[in-house]
Amino acid sequence: MSAMSVPLPRARPWILPDRGVVGMYCLIAAESAIFTIFVIAYLFYIGKSLTGPQPQNVLHVPIFFTVCLLSSSLTIHLAVRQLQAGKERMFALLWLLTLILGALFLGGTAQEWRHLIYDEGLTISTNLFGTTYYSLVGLHAFHVTVGLIALASVAVFSAFGLVKREHAARLEVLSMYWHFVDAVWVVVFTVVYFIGR
Amino acid sequence: MSPTSIFAPVSTPASTIFGLSMFVLVVTGAIFVVVFSLLAYASIKFRRKPEDHDCEPAQVYGSTQVELAWTVIPVLIVVVLFLASARVIASIQNAVAPPKAIAVTVIGHQYWWEYRYPDLKVVTANELHVPVSDPAHPTPTFLTLLSADTDHSFWVPRLAGKTDLIPNHPNRTWIEPRETGLFLGQCSQYCGVQHAKMLLRVYVQTRAEFDQWIQQQAKPAAETGAVFEGRRVFESTACINCHTIAGTVANGRFGPDLTHLMSRDTIASGAVANTRENLRRWIRDPSDFKPGCLMPAMGLGDAQLDSLTDYMETLR
Amino acid sequence: MSTGSIAWDAAAPERTPLVEILHGWVTTVDHKRLGIMYVGYALLLLMAGGVEAMIMRIQLIRPLNHFVSPEVFNRMFTMHGTTMIFFVVMPMLFGFANYLVPLMIGARDMAFPRLNAFSFWMTAFGGLFLYSSFIGGDGLYGAGNAPDVGWFAYAPLTSQTFSPGHSTDFWTLSLLVSGVGSIGTAINIFATIICMRCPVMTLGKMPLLAWMNLVMAGLVILAISPLTAAQVMLMVDRYLGGHFFDTQAGGSAVMWMHFFWVFGHPEVYVLVLPAFGFASEIIPVFSRKAIFGYPVMVAATVAIGFISMSVWAHHMFTVGMTSNANTFFVLSTMAIAVPTGIKIFNWLGTMWGGKIQFNTPMLFCVAFLFQFLMAGLTGIMQGAAPFDWQLTASYFVIAHFHYVIVGGILFTIFAAFYYWFPKVTGRMYNERVGKLHFWIFVIGFHLTFTVMHIPGILGMPRRIYTYEPGRGWDTWNLIITAGAFIQAVGILIFLGNLAWSYFRGALAGNDPWDAWTLEWSTASPPPAYNFAVIPEVRSRRPLWDLKHPEDPDWKYE
Repeated sequence: MSAMSVPLPRARPWILPDRGVVGMYCLIAAESAIFTIFVIAYLFYIGKSLTGPQPQNVLHVPIFFTVCLLSSSLTIHLAVRQLQAGKERMFALLWLLTLILGALFLGGTAQEWRHLIYDEGLTISTNLFGTTYYSLVGLHAFHVTVGLIALASVAVFSAFGLVKREHAARLEVLSMYWHFVDAVWVVVFTVVYFIGR
Repeated sequence: MSPTSIFAPVSTPASTIFGLSMFVLVVTGAIFVVVFSLLAYASIKFRRKPEDHDCEPAQVYGSTQVELAWTVIPVLIVVVLFLASARVIASIQNAVAPPKAIAVTVIGHQYWWEYRYPDLKVVTANELHVPVSDPAHPTPTFLTLLSADTDHSFWVPRLAGKTDLIPNHPNRTWIEPRETGLFLGQCSQYCGVQHAKMLLRVYVQTRAEFDQWIQQQAKPAAETGAVFEGRRVFESTACINCHTIAGTVANGRFGPDLTHLMSRDTIASGAVANTRENLRRWIRDPSDFKPGCLMPAMGLGDAQLDSLTDYMETLR
Repeated sequence: MSTGSIAWDAAAPERTPLVEILHGWVTTVDHKRLGIMYVGYALLLLMAGGVEAMIMRIQLIRPLNHFVSPEVFNRMFTMHGTTMIFFVVMPMLFGFANYLVPLMIGARDMAFPRLNAFSFWMTAFGGLFLYSSFIGGDGLYGAGNAPDVGWFAYAPLTSQTFSPGHSTDFWTLSLLVSGVGSIGTAINIFATIICMRCPVMTLGKMPLLAWMNLVMAGLVILAISPLTAAQVMLMVDRYLGGHFFDTQAGGSAVMWMHFFWVFGHPEVYVLVLPAFGFASEIIPVFSRKAIFGYPVMVAATVAIGFISMSVWAHHMFTVGMTSNANTFFVLSTMAIAVPTGIKIFNWLGTMWGGKIQFNTPMLFCVAFLFQFLMAGLTGIMQGAAPFDWQLTASYFVIAHFHYVIVGGILFTIFAAFYYWFPKVTGRMYNERVGKLHFWIFVIGFHLTFTVMHIPGILGMPRRIYTYEPGRGWDTWNLIITAGAFIQAVGILIFLGNLAWSYFRGALAGNDPWDAWTLEWSTASPPPAYNFAVIPEVRSRRPLWDLKHPEDPDWKYE
């Protein structure tokens, strides 16, 4: 039995927000809460390590790799724009560029960690700085990795010519995640390389 | 009459809290009476009657005045309760120790209490002695609270509210008892298997009694010629790794100081009375009284246990 | 085309094989089926949590009892708390939300049906994993390796030093897994309510149950995440040699407490808001009046959501924060009492002037009002920090929170069961047996939890496996245990009623209660697609408008 059978004439069309966008905002909110806790722990423990390497002695500001990551936000934004305009080849190129920039950033993190572990003797168990640093930067790197896997999957689909203009909305949602990852890096970068040193 | 009732305070912080509690109870009690009466009245007066079948009551969607009223009044009540609490928080937490205050450092262990009187050079365990405080010349006891392992909490309800002992986070509390007597409590923060038997005993004594107790506690262990065998067992088994007996080679810090063991009414942090039989049973196998506690059974034979107990009994 | 005839026996429809039925349930993405599975799962775990409670109460029936060892007792209180909060009340409420929200907002399903199924199975697996801890270690009789660190798992008790072995890991990992499920469900509920309401159901026209679940979902998103973060930190400490809570290395045990309670306090509002939702739907229908002050109820709910994120350290009044910090948390805690009280008054205002029918759902709701009032007042008592310095970590606070969770939340859950049972099953429950359940349970509840305030006042701390005689606690503990047995009987009657009525209850029809929200406009049980035609609404009570065309709500709203 249907209770409401006759639709009333409507002054305005009934349009609600897109559920993909809302869902992604919610995910971003949850992830932000997780990162906030790690950032708070990092800030609280600044200067409290009893022994071991200290941030000001061993950390070098990763300017180049930060530029890579932040530029990838621009390239992904442009990529989605191109797809919305139907320019699938430009989209594919820009998407690939995003992937490369993200991978470069991860490579930079790996390089930095290699230096810290082997040259400076700083591991996650060395002292409070080691624990909080590797946890916070590692959590972020984990989110970058997840993002890269998603981006790579889209790149594969794109290589087979399966990504079309009608998919632009979904890729817009994925790019929101990528922008979030970049925004988190801005915070982490500030906390670790400026406030903490 | 419960010896641990929060409504029978004998010490300044507990009394101050009691005053606030009564005020809060009166206010919340009044709120309860009013709202409950309204609920009971509504439930009875507005019951559907048989003749009401199929007839809906007047649909009232709200009332701004009523909403305002029952927002403003609670806000006022909340402000009053907040101010009352803030005053008591300040008076207890920000209290300054007067010059004659006794200073005690309390260190929580799994599952016993260590008491150190740094100015009086006394170290003891499980039974805290403090002097009664004369309001004219106050001698409260200020306690610094530390922990050697996990979180604990010091709660003797008739003397003060509880304060936690947290490793790497020194805390402070104080008591100012007006009556002499024995006051009971126990650890109030789950600290492991034997949390339930980490009992507190606070002996509030007259100044004279307290000074005498301090004098006695500050002495090294009594000479023990007659119990040479027991002392030998103690010093050759692992006992000395955990326990201190002042004036001997035993200087372990993991377990309670035993120098004046027999001056205590109980053993195992208040779990059992300090009798010869209990002491022997405890040494034979601590898990008889406190399964899971950290003192191991040393696997001693009967003869060793007897001589060891004889030795313990000389530690007055 | 073949002209041969085909034998067709129309009189004997094929019975679906059991394997197919089970497969349908296991692979379903239908919000109604997932809702039922959540609720069924929660009822199962309610039994487990209840047994854990009974074991504790038998051990505490008299001083120095030897019913179970301290090791087993400590596992019991840890598992009881963890089970009831994460694997009974949360799944129960998620189940009701899953079932009811799409129906109430005129949608065909949740926003993300596959995420819905994934979240359910994550939660279910988390609970299974937690309970697998009973096997192993010392085996079932020694309660295996089940967590024994308390449901809030304070550091440094959870470090490798003080908890070698895996009991802490079972706690951490099972909650990490089910936490993912909870966040998934919350995202789903949030997106469903924002994006899938039927025309023209603006947020101001949606049922209060939907509002409560919306704010609840927001709180889950913001509050479970800190717990996840803290648990990851704990695993880093335990397995990677980290020092987040390692006090020997300069780490802070208090930081764990902050992180845990930043989760822990909003969590209790996650539990209570949907309960408020049930009350807000049921009380109006059985008072035969619209809810009093709908806009104020919404505002109060949102206010509670926000303020609840700022009160957490009232669980930490005794840890040695500064007097300024303690004072701040007194203020925020007292503040949250205002919107909460407003809601109680609005429910009262709904009953006022009504024509109240005391069916079983309404009985439970009225008891909820009484008990939640008391629980709120004991909460205010503890909000006064110095009073809390005596009351916290004692049986008084246990009495308080059971008053909220059992006396408040469980009572409204019972009400919700009885109220929506006809919709979900198409049959009426037995009203007399329902009332029997109510009276037996309410008596048992008060014998246990009203009396329980007294040992707290007399100095009995929590989490103790036994206690000394001569403290004045003995008789009270005996009465408390007796009440627990009575409640158990009540629950068995409840389950029996549900089971019997499912098979033998009278047919209910679409709308047995003469109610006003959209779920009552469709069949009982609803078809898989919920509504043949997506409804259009003009007010908060679309069915009232249909039944009273001369006096519709939209003229007054």
